[in-house]
Amino acid sequence: MQSAVIDSPAREPVDARARLPRLDPLLLLAVIGLVACSIYTIWTATEGDVEGSPYHYVIRQSIYAAVGFALMLAAATFDYSRLRELKMGVYAGMIGSIGLVFLVATATRGSKRWIELPFFRFQPSELGKVLLIVALAGFVVDRSRRLEERDTTSRTMLLALVPAMLVVAQPDLGTGLVYVAIALALLFVAGTRWTHFAALGGLGAVAVALVLVAAPAVGVDVLKPYQVDRLTAFVDRGDDPQGQGYQLEQSVTAIGSGRRTGRGAEGATQTKLDFLPEHHTDFIFSVVGETFGFLGAAFVLGLYALLIWRALHILTIAKNLYGALIAGGVVAMLIFQIFVNVGMTIGIMPITGVTLPLMSFGGSSVIVTFLAIGLLQSIHAQAREIAEVKGRQLIT
Amino acid sequence: MYLDDRRPTITPQLARRVAIMGGLAVVVLGIVFFRLWYLQVLSGERYVAEANNNRVREIKVAAPRGEIVDRNGRTLVDNRMGLAVRITPNDLPREQEKKTRLYSRLAELLDMQEREIRSSVREQLRALPFSAATVKQDVGLPLVQYIEENQKAFPGVTTEKVFLRSYPHDEVGAHLFGTVGEVSAEQLRDKRYREVEQGDRIGQSGIESTYDRFLRGVNGATKVQVDATGSLTPRQLPRQEPVPGRQLRLSLDLNVQQAGHKALGARKGAFVVMDVKSGQVHALGSSPSFDPNRYVKRIRDSDYRRLTSKALGEPLLNRAVQGDYPAGSTFKLVSSVAALEGGLIEPGTTVFDPGVISVGGRDWQNARKAANGPVDMRQALEVSSDVYYYRLGQAANATGDGRLLQRWAGRLGIGRASGIDLPAELPGVVPSPEWRDRLFKERKTDRPWSVGDNMNLSVGQGDLSTNPLQMAVAYAAVANGGWVVRPRLGMRVEDGQSRPVQELKPPARRRVNVSAEHRQVILDGLRRAASGPRGTSTDVFKDFPIQIAGKTGTAEKGLARADQAWYIALAPYPDPQYVVAVTLEEGGFGAETAAPAARRILASLFGVVGDERKVVRGSSQTN
Repeated sequence: MQSAVIDSPAREPVDARARLPRLDPLLLLAVIGLVACSIYTIWTATEGDVEGSPYHYVIRQSIYAAVGFALMLAAATFDYSRLRELKMGVYAGMIGSIGLVFLVATATRGSKRWIELPFFRFQPSELGKVLLIVALAGFVVDRSRRLEERDTTSRTMLLALVPAMLVVAQPDLGTGLVYVAIALALLFVAGTRWTHFAALGGLGAVAVALVLVAAPAVGVDVLKPYQVDRLTAFVDRGDDPQGQGYQLEQSVTAIGSGRRTGRGAEGATQTKLDFLPEHHTDFIFSVVGETFGFLGAAFVLGLYALLIWRALHILTIAKNLYGALIAGGVVAMLIFQIFVNVGMTIGIMPITGVTLPLMSFGGSSVIVTFLAIGLLQSIHAQAREIAEVKGRQLIT
Repeated sequence: MYLDDRRPTITPQLARRVAIMGGLAVVVLGIVFFRLWYLQVLSGERYVAEANNNRVREIKVAAPRGEIVDRNGRTLVDNRMGLAVRITPNDLPREQEKKTRLYSRLAELLDMQEREIRSSVREQLRALPFSAATVKQDVGLPLVQYIEENQKAFPGVTTEKVFLRSYPHDEVGAHLFGTVGEVSAEQLRDKRYREVEQGDRIGQSGIESTYDRFLRGVNGATKVQVDATGSLTPRQLPRQEPVPGRQLRLSLDLNVQQAGHKALGARKGAFVVMDVKSGQVHALGSSPSFDPNRYVKRIRDSDYRRLTSKALGEPLLNRAVQGDYPAGSTFKLVSSVAALEGGLIEPGTTVFDPGVISVGGRDWQNARKAANGPVDMRQALEVSSDVYYYRLGQAANATGDGRLLQRWAGRLGIGRASGIDLPAELPGVVPSPEWRDRLFKERKTDRPWSVGDNMNLSVGQGDLSTNPLQMAVAYAAVANGGWVVRPRLGMRVEDGQSRPVQELKPPARRRVNVSAEHRQVILDGLRRAASGPRGTSTDVFKDFPIQIAGKTGTAEKGLARADQAWYIALAPYPDPQYVVAVTLEEGGFGAETAAPAARRILASLFGVVGDERKVVRGSSQTN
């Protein structure tokens, strides 16, 4: 190995850049693009929301993005592999912070998700996603030679289900499901057998049937009635125009009314006149659709496609399985959140309160997504470094 | 320690699984992409409409209803602005407690009983569900402003400008115009009201109903932008101006109409003044009348009871077209036409009138048994010989199918709706053998048809039920050469500046074959009745500057009720242009009451100045 390094003619420049992380430029571009879209969209949507300070949300989102960006760079310079040793602590910290919510959280519209900090409201379940990826990837790597065993699959799922159930109990069904998606992705990337997935699928179906049909029938309500409403509203919309179906209706109307090129910031009446609920958070994609039309929405989707492509690429170049698993977990988290959130705004998914990564207003979500991207950049940087050390050309 | 999991190249398995994940991402983004394509590119228009529907509230701007003017352009019906408070039940607070509070606050504000508001709203909604109910019309401007400024405190309560009808001449012509009211659910389904929207006010009766399509206009709308909470936003949206309704010019002559009402005074009765050739109605009134101004807001049940109360003379009844009266001797015109055209008698044939004759074991007599001696038709009309016509009635009953009188009555428009442009006309009855025999079979009368019934009919007594308008049409037919006209009030549709928009063509007339000679005989007789030495109304018209022909009538109504007085005049003689028909319930002898009333109307019609100061009261006591 040493000899390879010595032989390399590119030794000098490699050394000079060694202190800077080797970031994936396209991934960086996608992230910056999405944050820019987010801030611009939030600006058009919330200009008139807070009396006297049209930049209320823009300023905050910019600060969150700046903090997130810094954290991403910090994470990128750091070798993610060292987190594997900390997996027990990370896991415990995750469970602890999510559990803390039940003790100190402030309830917003019936759900306890946030912990009030001096500057912003911290949402442990958001951070928990990244912590779960980091910790669970470690567990899976430890058992990577015993993947055929059912024990591995069930333990991994159990480790994910504990925090997932805690989050569902907040109640935040959508984020809980993200945890499950992450665990499934880790197993998938690690190479778990298809039969295990089939079994998990069967179990999942039974669980859903129990929760939605059997339990209510015997008088045990696992889900809150409003959660059931939200889940079924997209299937059965006409029921109550003021209820959950209303939000969906307004969102679909907002997006549809954007047509090809959008109604512009001034003409976006669904957003501006508050017909669209939560227009800077959960329904930000509807604002994009209404204000910037099909072009704008497709552009944002394009940025996400770029993001996912780069994440998958990083997965393939990871220097170790741990990196590949982390990348796989991040990809699953992104795809799941994008599909569930955007799907909700266009009326093909239930309302679950899952944020749109990097677009939705909110410190926890933005910063945590940046952290996840930071992990990807770290995997990329490590892979580049190893490759350069080995003198091997990486496919970029 | 982590060196053991280092892998130099990716395994085929991982490559496959990454590809699957990539494929999943492509599918997911693809689904979203095509859904967006569907929503935004393919169905965008629909959602734009929906979004606009969300934010734009249309506030109806009622179109002013067209005015109704008389033939000289004088206003008969116009509009005044009223402010109404309305409740839209769907927008009321859902919580019972809040709703109660709203109602009590509203009641206090409007100076009404809470119970009253609730029941009125309930009643209106039963009639027209899902609409707004009017709580109070014609409220003061400050109150409306208060409600508008505190809209948040009054959810579901709106104020609206409405045009209310105003009748500058109070009870004059009240029976003609009819009422304007909110369209009913049933009417909304009628294709006649295709362009009418819920809550619009349309003509519900009378002229307002007949000519509603011209009078009502097209409502405009102001559009406002509201946000999700329903609050107004400052943005201005284009306003759609209402199109006012057309002005309707009636053939009515306000002067003559007023003269008619004055001539009848407080007595129960009716009058009709009609152009004999065109059928244009110059005056048509009924007494007692009512002041429609008092009922423009809402007709309460108690109002309705009062307007239809027998004790108060049923002011709502339009006796000119809804009355059911025997015509008395004025019917002799019909009998004359029938007898001459049916060949029962020649004009010059005399009949001896001893004052009383006996037919069917019963005495038939002239009024006060006046013996007129030998009379031909002209003389019979002049002196109003009943015996002459009894003989004709008797003969008619024995000739052919015995329905000669009835046939001619029908041809001349008696016992059938005249087709005037007023919706509530009643046809009346001309008694016939079939008619009475059917009643007898149904045990609604004590005896079948007999010759006596036809004799009664020949002098307009008995079961005959007609009204002044039908009689006017019959007289007009004799005067105009045999045309049975369809009386008309609507003359012309005009714009706001009284420029003609559309002439309302008089409908087709019907022709009856009455020979010119026979018509002249009858006209002569009518002329002599108003001017001959023995004429029944000669003393009423002897100093009247316009030459007239006219027939008195005194119909017995039995049951110790006072007689019905009639007078029908054709003027000017010899080429009559107008027919004037007057009837008075409990008027006694026609010459005493109806003829003087007719003179007052004729004086106004022909502009005879100062005639009303002359006391005229006929003395003839004939039927």
